[in-house]
Amino acid sequence: MGKIEAKDVHFYYGAFHALKGITMEIPQNKVVAFIGPSGCGKSTFLRLFNRMNDLIAGARLDGSIKIDGQDIYAPGIEVDDLRKNVGMVFQRPNPFPKSIFDNIAYGLRVNGIKDKEFIRQRVEESLRGAALWDEVKDKLNASAYALSGGQQQRLCIARAMAVSPSVLLMDEPASALDPISTAKVEELICELRKEVTIVIVTHNMQQASRVSDMTAFFYMGELVEYDDTKTIFINPHEEATQNYITGRFG
Amino acid sequence: MSNRPTYPAGYDKSKRRTQRAAFAAFRALSFCIVFILFAILGFIIYKGAGVISWEFLSEAPTDGMTSGGIFPAIVGTLLLMAGSAIVAFPIGIMSGVYMNEYASKSGWAVKFIRLMTNNLSGIPSIVFGLFGMALFVKYLGFGDSILAGSLTLGLLSLPLVIRTTEEALKDIPDSIREGSLALGATKLQTIWKVVLPMGMPRIMTGLILSLGRVSGETAPILFTCAAYFFPQLPTSVFDQCMALPYHLYVIATSGTDIEAQQPIAYGTALVLIAIVLVINLLAGWFRRYFEKRVKTKQ
Amino acid sequence: MKKFLEKAVRWLLTASGFVTSLVILLIIAFLFAEGAGLFREHTIEEGYVLALHGDNPVKEMTAAEIKAVFDEDITSWEALGGPDMPIETFRLEDADKYFPEEQLGAQYENAGRLISSLIASRPGMIAFIPESMADADAGLSFIEDNTISPKEVFAGTEWFPTATPAPLFGMWPLLAGTLWVSFFAILFALPFGISIAVYMAEIASPKVRGFLKPVIELLNGIPSVVYGFFGLIVIVPILQQVFGLPVGESGLAGSIVLAIMALPTIVSVSEDAMRNCPPSLREASLALGATQWQTIYRVVIPSSMSGIASGVVLGIGRAVGETMAVLMVTGNAAVVPTSILEPLRTIPATIAAELGEAPTGGAHYQSLFLLGIILFFITFIINLSVEYISARNKG
Repeated sequence: MGKIEAKDVHFYYGAFHALKGITMEIPQNKVVAFIGPSGCGKSTFLRLFNRMNDLIAGARLDGSIKIDGQDIYAPGIEVDDLRKNVGMVFQRPNPFPKSIFDNIAYGLRVNGIKDKEFIRQRVEESLRGAALWDEVKDKLNASAYALSGGQQQRLCIARAMAVSPSVLLMDEPASALDPISTAKVEELICELRKEVTIVIVTHNMQQASRVSDMTAFFYMGELVEYDDTKTIFINPHEEATQNYITGRFG
Repeated sequence: MSNRPTYPAGYDKSKRRTQRAAFAAFRALSFCIVFILFAILGFIIYKGAGVISWEFLSEAPTDGMTSGGIFPAIVGTLLLMAGSAIVAFPIGIMSGVYMNEYASKSGWAVKFIRLMTNNLSGIPSIVFGLFGMALFVKYLGFGDSILAGSLTLGLLSLPLVIRTTEEALKDIPDSIREGSLALGATKLQTIWKVVLPMGMPRIMTGLILSLGRVSGETAPILFTCAAYFFPQLPTSVFDQCMALPYHLYVIATSGTDIEAQQPIAYGTALVLIAIVLVINLLAGWFRRYFEKRVKTKQ
Repeated sequence: MKKFLEKAVRWLLTASGFVTSLVILLIIAFLFAEGAGLFREHTIEEGYVLALHGDNPVKEMTAAEIKAVFDEDITSWEALGGPDMPIETFRLEDADKYFPEEQLGAQYENAGRLISSLIASRPGMIAFIPESMADADAGLSFIEDNTISPKEVFAGTEWFPTATPAPLFGMWPLLAGTLWVSFFAILFALPFGISIAVYMAEIASPKVRGFLKPVIELLNGIPSVVYGFFGLIVIVPILQQVFGLPVGESGLAGSIVLAIMALPTIVSVSEDAMRNCPPSLREASLALGATQWQTIYRVVIPSSMSGIASGVVLGIGRAVGETMAVLMVTGNAAVVPTSILEPLRTIPATIAAELGEAPTGGAHYQSLFLLGIILFFITFIINLSVEYISARNKG
């Protein structure tokens, strides 16, 4: 049984049919990359896993998505509960206009943890986990905006990990970063796979091949091919995948 | 990581409860405001509707303002609206055009003018009244007159006209200006033939709203123009005139015969509210018209 | 020719760009021209003197002391630094109490001599008489007629501009009344204003918002006299009943009406600020398991704080400067307020109520322009602080 199981998922923005019958299984503690040209639906699909698309007016979903065997769109499922378990890192670093410490502690606090000592330990742990501790340990009370873009993104990863999710969604997490910061984030992804299942959307082919165990290629709202990353990049079955990977379009 | 957080059981339920309670409170408070508005409007319409008649609208007050109509006050208010428009519209639009089309966007002039315009819009209307009295009535010797009142009200509504003009022009993409310039049109021709017509609906909305503000102002005309009782219609700009808001103030506070005058006060208030309502509807209509036009263009 | 036109128009537009700045300069200039003269005016009414017995050592009295003496609140010279001796006041109207009419003469031609000798015979008397009646040979002493001092004006606690012999221009009650009524107005408006802004920006569906927005705009458009009228007819009687007040016109009535009037400003500025809060911050918070409400009060409100503050400050500015509504419902008693349930009087209401009666160029007239200057600077500072807050927000 996979960690995440999607079965015949259709998604509509009003009249626009954005996802057309996607079925896939994402195994536990693996890194799965979603690739494909802009507008192919990969980000939309990703945002279904933590129901971020709920916010969009006029959106509609058919089919089912299960995490740990539980349908996350079933009635009675509370989105805040779900999101506690399914963390997300966004395209651009989006720290809160608060101190570094408060950014990391935010997820714990909004979920009811009041023990100050525990929060302190957890903040340190999460920052260490994101390889940021040594850079910020002396300025935990400084504004998160004082950090560089790369540091901010790692802060956001630490913030998501502090809540201890079992799935981490990453929506082009390195697209706004310079190459050195990108390398650090990729290194981090490889570390984190021990603890969480990671689904990462990326535009960057090399990145997908570097960090992921499996890769899914989306095109025009459909899942064209989904296989081991090696297979996808060396020996894809579909011509469209081949064309995309070799840079003929997208 | 060693110590995973264990979340307190039931907290998720309690935070959802808090959210429901908070949202319900916000909804209640918001609809309180709707209630207040409808209470004010409803009260005045209910009390005033019976007073409104053709005679009330078309006759002058009689018997020491205890009976008769409010015709001179309506005419006075319309004259003041027109007068202030003559003062404020050209200067305001030109100033808005200067800010958006001529002055350099990041230069000191724009910042300074915007600062001063914002400041002017924050100055209380009674201070405009004092100023109008000192400058127009006394120093320039216009006396208590429609001229002095219009000038004072015009200056008061200037910031609103400038701001809406500037904002209307700001939303017009530069590509349109460049298109015109590339055809050999001068800057002035571009502004006159392309930019202003495109911004006009939005500018009109601002102009209409500024008229609405002028129609209800009392403090600026207290000492520059408004007459307590002036039943004949003014014949020149140097005459005083009656005005609806001042008439309402006078009748409501220093009437000689409260019983007889109260219906007149309700009627006057209703006419004032009606002017405001019409102006808001008109402005809303212009805004929708504008939005529709933009949509059909896309 | 075409080039000349372009240049002329450019020049014209530039000139009109600076009209608002010019108006502000003119406002300052004219308010000062009319208002600053107050401190050159004399305390005692022009053409009159305060005459004393020649042996009375008291030479100076403040305007407040003069009023207290003639109101018989001060009854002994000891309180003024003189001997322990009762004060006897004399006004010109009192002349026939001392002298029969035929003695004074049909044209009061003998009044000066008689009154002067009366004063000279009564050691405790203080007389308010025309300068021409004070007989130089009677050996009278006079209270020094100083100019009005800024201290009396800005720190004075009595506003009594029509008092004789010496009007009082203590502006403190008016300033206190203005601040008091504005403070309560904002206190009432704030919870409502922020709640409505939050509701409109974050919670309401587009449809509900599309209904609330015109409501707020309409509230903003209703003329202040109509608010005043509504307050006078509806709110004042209700307050009178609920609190059992002798008169319903009170600071509270003013605050309620001002709160309704300041509301649209607070709502629209803070709503704008919250709508400008980046969606990425909202998403970040929701993605961590926060509820919408937690997101609002932990992220959206703190990050739009400066916009909300601007809205509140603008609302204060509106409340401070509002004239007609306040004039109609606060009862206009020029006393330093001790309770919000008492009548009080604000600076704008004072100007509106009194300028019509104040003789042009007199001390009263000038004092009202001075009030205008104070009001102008209060709102000017408020506006500058709004600019500062929003500039800091952008930076």
